[in-house]
Formats: sequence, C-alpha cells, structure tokens
Amino acid sequence: MRGERWTEFWVKWTLAAASSLTVVIVALIFVFLFREAAPFIKEPGLGALAGSKWIPVSFQKEQFGILPLVTGSLLVTLLAGAIAVPMGICGAVYIAEIARPAEREFLKPFIELLAAIPSVVLGFFGMAILAPALKSVFGLPTGMMALTGALVLGLMASPTIMSISEDAIRSVPRSYREASTALGATDMQTLWRVTVPSAMPGMLAATMLGMGRVLGETMAVLMLTGNAAMVTFNPFDSVRTMTATIAAEMGEVTQGSAHYQALFWVGIVLLLATFILNITAQRVLGRARDRR
Amino acid sequence: MVAVAAHAVSRAKVSVTGLDFYYGPVQALHGVSMEIPERRVTALIGPSGCGKSTFLRTMNRMNDLIDGTRLTGRVLIDGEDIYSPRTDVVTLRRRVGMVFQKSNPFPKSIFENVAYGLRVAGMRNREALAEKVERSLIRAGLWDEVRDRLHGSALALSGGQQQRLCIARALAVDPEVLLMDEPASALDPLSTARIEDLIRELRENYTIVIVTHNMQQAGRVSDFTGFFYEGFLVEFGDTETVFTRPREKRTEDYITGRFG
Repeated sequence: MRGERWTEFWVKWTLAAASSLTVVIVALIFVFLFREAAPFIKEPGLGALAGSKWIPVSFQKEQFGILPLVTGSLLVTLLAGAIAVPMGICGAVYIAEIARPAEREFLKPFIELLAAIPSVVLGFFGMAILAPALKSVFGLPTGMMALTGALVLGLMASPTIMSISEDAIRSVPRSYREASTALGATDMQTLWRVTVPSAMPGMLAATMLGMGRVLGETMAVLMLTGNAAMVTFNPFDSVRTMTATIAAEMGEVTQGSAHYQALFWVGIVLLLATFILNITAQRVLGRARDRR
Repeated sequence: MVAVAAHAVSRAKVSVTGLDFYYGPVQALHGVSMEIPERRVTALIGPSGCGKSTFLRTMNRMNDLIDGTRLTGRVLIDGEDIYSPRTDVVTLRRRVGMVFQKSNPFPKSIFENVAYGLRVAGMRNREALAEKVERSLIRAGLWDEVRDRLHGSALALSGGQQQRLCIARALAVDPEVLLMDEPASALDPLSTARIEDLIRELRENYTIVIVTHNMQQAGRVSDFTGFFYEGFLVEFGDTETVFTRPREKRTEDYITGRFG
C-alpha cells in the first residue's frame, strides 16, 4: 500500500514538473532579458530608446532610438499580413468547402511542405528571383525593400493561417449547413452567411498566430529588406526590423556596452509584442470554443 | 373517424410513386408509394434504420447533399415532379420547410435566425422583415418569451425554445409543406407537449409530415400514419385505423411494442 502511494506521488510530481518547466523557462527568459537590459535605465536612460535614429556605433554620438526598428517590423508585418491573410483564408475556404476530396488530398501536403521550408531557403529564393524581378518591374535602384521581405513572409505565414482556418471551417457543425440549405439558401449563401461567420473566431486566431510568426521571423527579413534603419511606411523603402537588428548586431557588440543593452531592450519589445499577439489569439480561440 | 372524413375532402399535396432510394449500393427504400394529404399531419413511424427519415428527406431533396445517393420513382408536389431537371432546388426548399431532430439555430441573434430564410431569398426591407419575424415567432408560440431579447443570441435559449425558434425560422419563408424529423425527441415532456400543441395548430395552414419514434406522439398529433419497416412502407392509413385495427401483423407487433 505504502509503495503504491509513493509511486503515485512521484508520478504526479514528475508530470507536474515537466509541465511547469515551460512556465519556468518563459519566466527565466524575461528575467534574463531584463537583467542584461537593466543598466540602460540609468545610463543613457530609457528615453534614449524613444528616438528616431538607430546609430549604435558612431564616432560622434551613439543613438539608440528603436522607433525605426519598430516601424520596420510593423510595416513588414502589416504588408505580409495583407498578403497572407486573404491568401490563407481564401485557400482555407476552398480546401474546406469547395475542393473535391481528391483535390484536398493533393493540396494539403503542399501546404504543409510550404510551412516546413526553412526561412533561409525562402530568403535565397527572394534574393535570387523576387528582388531582381521587383527591381525591374518597378524600376527601383534596389530590390531589397520592405515589400520584398513582406512578400516572402506572407508566403511563409499563409500555410499557418490556411491550415488553422481550415480546421475552424471544418469544425462548424454540419447542422448549421443543413439548416441553411433547408431554408433555401444556395451553397454560396450558406458558405458566406453561415459557415464563414461561424468560423470567424478561429480564423481570427489563425491570423494572429500567423502574424506572430511573421513578427518573430528573422532570417528572411535580414536577407531581403535592405536593413536601412529609418522611419518609413513606404513599402518600396529599405527597412530594418527588430529581429534583423538583433541578429545582425549581437555578434559584434561589446558585451555590457550601452549598445548591447539596447539590443536587449529591442528583444524585450519584440517578446512583449509576440506575447500580446499570442495571448489575444488564445483568448479569441477560447471564446470561440465556449460558444459551441 | 374525423380523419377518415378529412381524407375524403383533402387532396394529395405530395404524391410519391414507386420510390426506390439508394445510398451507394445499399437500397434504403423499396417501391414506396404514398399520397400525403394537404393540410393534415402525417406521421411516419418505424424502427431505427427503416428508411422513414430518408423518405422524409426525399421531399425537400436534402438527400442531394449526400454523395453517392440515387433514386428512381416519382415524387410530385402539387403534381410537379420535384426530381425533374427543370426543378429549382432552392425554390423547392422554400416551399418545403424542415425542422431537424436536434435544434440547430445559427450562432446569430434570435431575429437574424428567423430572418435568415427571408434574407437569402433577397428580402431587404427592414419593416417587412421585422413584421415577418414577429408573425413567425407568434405562430411558433415563442413571441412572448423572446420579444424583449430579439437581438440576443439564439444559443442562450433553452432546448425547447431553440426548437420552437427553428420552427419559426422554417415558417418565416411561408412553406407549404413542413417536414419534421423527430422534432421533440431531444426535449423534456413539457417542451414536447408544447411542440405537439404547436403541430396541431399549424395543421390548419400547412401540410405536415413528422417522423417520430414515439408511438403516443404519433397517436396524439397525426391524422395519418405510415409504418415503415426495412425500407418498405408496410401500412398507411388514417391514424386511428392503423393504431386500433392494423391490417398487417408487423404493424400491430410494432405498435404494441413486440419489437422495434
């Protein structure tokens, strides 16, 4: 009897520890980021982050304004969203509702494959084909700009959005569709007036998860956006995102310097942004489940 | 006896001849012929899997939604073959409404649920919509309970209310025939009684066909009863006769609870 109780005790605590580990890790990451970033608060002060110039290495005056990095990330993310969201949702609607079973079986592996392509490879594709093509089509001095990065990121995010949206559409109860059809609605009316609205919370969550992926993506943007840190909302300008900045500069920076600490602040901002996106997505998904 | 008299004056709304129905290679209905009288309640009874729901769904062509189904024979509504290539299925389904076994309101407001059929038919006028919604809810006996929360979610209603909402939704498009597939099987006795009262009232204006597992219910609400067994229509006649003096041994066995 005693032995059994002990076994139960250990099993329970091992499982609890394994699942709590993720919480501990997230917390540790936050703590660690803050510890490295903290000295910046005193010197040169948090106000320095609010500037619009990012010149971390300079002979005159170093500037750590993260505004251009934030707008860079924002611009690329929004553009990528403008591409990935319609593409993902239209694809999901087609696969879930319109495609014949054979078509679905054909399409689904490709979507999963697209999601699995390493971002470096997509970056190559962007550099070798997309950037030169955009450059000549729009007659620009360079093809390395926000739009190029956004196109590739949109391509990366659309499978995520597509497959989660498809799940959402397919989990709409059959009885809704039957009721609609029995009331004399056409297939398209049923799709747009009943099925899609019922799947909307799931599709919103899919969108946010896809956007989270775009925001955190590093390699493709580093390769494709031109990396000029300036405040702009023109898709044809070169921009530099928060992720690309960290990736490009962390290797060369003097540990403990103001520049080093500033990079950690960029990391904190990035982490908070993805955190908020994820939590919102979970909330929306949770509410969608409650309604069933 | 009332029903027999009624039979004499009521013409056939739906007339089915030699209907065979297949799910892929499986034959679900064998040569069913039936004249369903106008403005009467016709109950379809029989054990599970006997084909009564399949038969019900041939009348608004809901079986079209299932891949691999096939049918031969004729289903006429007001003398028109609803399986002729010239039939517009959308129009047919507006004329032949349906209420399902499990209440299935849309995740929309009460108002939008009832207005749905009208909206998909192209009705835009707000006043006309509001009027139709109110009238349908009154007919379904739900108006007094929901008049103050028309724009609240339909999913917040109780099971019985949801089923009456589904009836209101079906009535809103002014169907001539109302198909009901075990409309009260998931409800408590009180809600069931309300639905049965409602069916008796609706019989004045609609041709109702109801599938039910509940023998007492068939006895209470219907004028005519058809007994299905293994895809055959074994017996069809006015409810009183079928229940008290059935011609067929199998009908009697089923009704008296010897099998099923």
